[in-house]
Amino acid sequence: MNFALSDEQVLLREAARGSLSRFKTIEAAREALEDRSKLPDLWPVAVEAGWPGLLVSEEHGGAGLGAFDAMLVAEECGRVLASVPLLGLLPASAILDAAGDESLSAVANGELRPAYVPARPPGGPEQGWTVEPRSGLARVQAPSVSGDEVSGEVAFVPDAPGAELFVVVGVDSDGAPVAVAVPADASGVDVEEVVRYDATRPLAHVSFTRARGRTLAVGEEVLADAWYLAHALIAAESLGAVQTCLEVSVQYAKERFTFGRAIGSYQAIKHELTEVLRRQENARGLEYYAGWARRAKPEEFPLAASAARSVAGEALDFASRSMINVHGGIGATWEHDAPLFFRRAQLTRRLLGGTHDATDRVAEETLATAV
Amino acid sequence: MDLNDTPEQAAYREEVRGWLEDHRAQAPPRSGSPEDTEYIDSRRAWQRQLAEAGLAGVTWPEEYGGRGLGPIEQVTVNQEISRAEVPGILDVIGLGMLGPCLIAHGTDEQKSRHLGPMLHGDEVWCQMFSEPAAGSDLAAIQTRARQNDDGTWTLNGQKVWTTNAQFASFGLLLARTDPDVPKHKGLTMFIVPMNAKGVVVRGLRQISGEPEFNEVFFDDVKLEPDTVVGGVGNGWGTALTVLMFERLTIGFGSEGFGSPTRLAETVAADSAARANPEVRERLGHVIAELLAVRFNGYRALTVLARGQIPGPEAGLAKVTLVNAAIGATELGADVVGPDALDTESEWAYLISFLPGLKSAGGTEQILRNTIGERVLGLPPEPRLDKGIPFSELRAKEREAVAG
Repeated sequence: MNFALSDEQVLLREAARGSLSRFKTIEAAREALEDRSKLPDLWPVAVEAGWPGLLVSEEHGGAGLGAFDAMLVAEECGRVLASVPLLGLLPASAILDAAGDESLSAVANGELRPAYVPARPPGGPEQGWTVEPRSGLARVQAPSVSGDEVSGEVAFVPDAPGAELFVVVGVDSDGAPVAVAVPADASGVDVEEVVRYDATRPLAHVSFTRARGRTLAVGEEVLADAWYLAHALIAAESLGAVQTCLEVSVQYAKERFTFGRAIGSYQAIKHELTEVLRRQENARGLEYYAGWARRAKPEEFPLAASAARSVAGEALDFASRSMINVHGGIGATWEHDAPLFFRRAQLTRRLLGGTHDATDRVAEETLATAV
Repeated sequence: MDLNDTPEQAAYREEVRGWLEDHRAQAPPRSGSPEDTEYIDSRRAWQRQLAEAGLAGVTWPEEYGGRGLGPIEQVTVNQEISRAEVPGILDVIGLGMLGPCLIAHGTDEQKSRHLGPMLHGDEVWCQMFSEPAAGSDLAAIQTRARQNDDGTWTLNGQKVWTTNAQFASFGLLLARTDPDVPKHKGLTMFIVPMNAKGVVVRGLRQISGEPEFNEVFFDDVKLEPDTVVGGVGNGWGTALTVLMFERLTIGFGSEGFGSPTRLAETVAADSAARANPEVRERLGHVIAELLAVRFNGYRALTVLARGQIPGPEAGLAKVTLVNAAIGATELGADVVGPDALDTESEWAYLISFLPGLKSAGGTEQILRNTIGERVLGLPPEPRLDKGIPFSELRAKEREAVAG
């Protein structure tokens, strides 16, 4: 038994941290709220580091690494709120890889950026494959696929703006899931870019009107896996953000004095920060579980990834509010970094079914295996 | 990352599993009353069998009768014992915490006299640290040992929360030997024979009505000079060794804790509960937390297997585990309804047992203090007891109360 990072994984993480440290990403996250052109273009960094090919098998020109490696990179992006389109890219590349698609070498070397257009596998309150609605809790049926034509709309697709190839998960006339690779410039594709509260997270409502693509020869399990992979990446990215919230808050609690002593010496503050640490460590344990399960025990990956997202998502909600609390009034001002992490938490908890849906999926998977 | 056994570990697991399969028919039931002498004797005999087979004291050095193996093998044994549905050793506290402390701090005579009978279940041990007025602040204990002119000691005072004291042969006891120095300095660790004149054990009934713990009273108990462990005045350091071994046991083999399987079965069997969004949300939360504890346990075990000691953050696993277990039990009982509180119900026992567990091995608040200070590096609360002789401190406390 060995449940720790390998030397290669430590290097991968450090290299990611090093590459991202060349940019002032947190500062940019604030500036971009008023002017999106202030976001640094991190795609060349991603390409240079080989992230587009992370999950692409070696025979198709990728690095052939696992979900855990991808999660370590996502965690580093989350630490500094770096706007790197991993959430769109990586699940898309996993589906393309399973299909052995012709685009793979261009995807792996970063010439062609794909984006995953997610659909939620059936379970719990929803019987069919569904996608995000523009508003409300009622989910929408996944786009319909007929032959190689896709029709339908998916709201709030991460990393869709600027993507060159959409890997769309839709359903055929029997409601069975199918994946279609649709070039972004194909006729009938419309990408309506939206920004919601967190300028580091590009989103778009993507609609398809008899848009033509190539059907990908993959099974249902690959499409379910992509959904949970996206959850695992959100979990990892959230965990990274939690760490920064904690580090900054702890530092401040040591330096800020009231009534003659550092505020971190008061139990009220100390226990709240310890609670952030507890949630952070739980999120870390589940990050490992999800990373391990996808390779070693894929039948548990839905449970593991959902648990990871549930715990990490709530950890970020808690940590970002805590960061504001510990800093007092200054923590709620525009100039402070705390609101940027709070914005990240607020948007993230409402994407791809939301944190609460991941919690429900933990229950669903648990009940499904109970006698 | 790999949770599989190495070929050596797999061979060890086979050996353990094989032995358990051959002997499980001779095992006593997994639970029984500590008041039932016949049951306790059957558990002693079973511990002896496990010890002779090398399944007790797995991590103890071979020279003391152990197997000299690592923490991973210990976990393997725990897992296989659980899988075989047989009880483990009777004296978990002795073998897990007190024996290792004797190995670290005891004299050669103490080791050769005590470790063998402890390992084989012939002499069960109990831990006598906490007192009615000293729990989180353990160094505030008042049980007093005074040295007589002939070198012997006279012990007076009271301990509480003493598991297994009803049938223990010996206890490891922390006493104050010098009240005129600051409180951490005047402490000494002793081995107390539980059948000594002046030792009285009384059951302490818990919420359930069952005496899970004991109170132990000492009235002029005479102790020989050779009962001191780790040197006079060094009791605090010796106690920390015990607490470190206690920490090592937290989180390992806790997979069944909180009864996640029973909870899932209970909800799954009830179609209304199964479809109820609130039940599902609570279920999702407790299961996720219990999974986090389990996989953090594997992380900690990896650290341990590399020869490093897990830090105080392991205490967070205890906080999560106990609270998730409380959440799981509340949910299971909510689904069942008032019948869950029937004395015979499997839920009733846990409902009564878990509130006290929040304080066991350190209250949640004291754990958060320790972790906040040692792991996050936050400054400690100002202390009013530093550098002050214990006797003076007590006088001040009495004055403050009289106010």
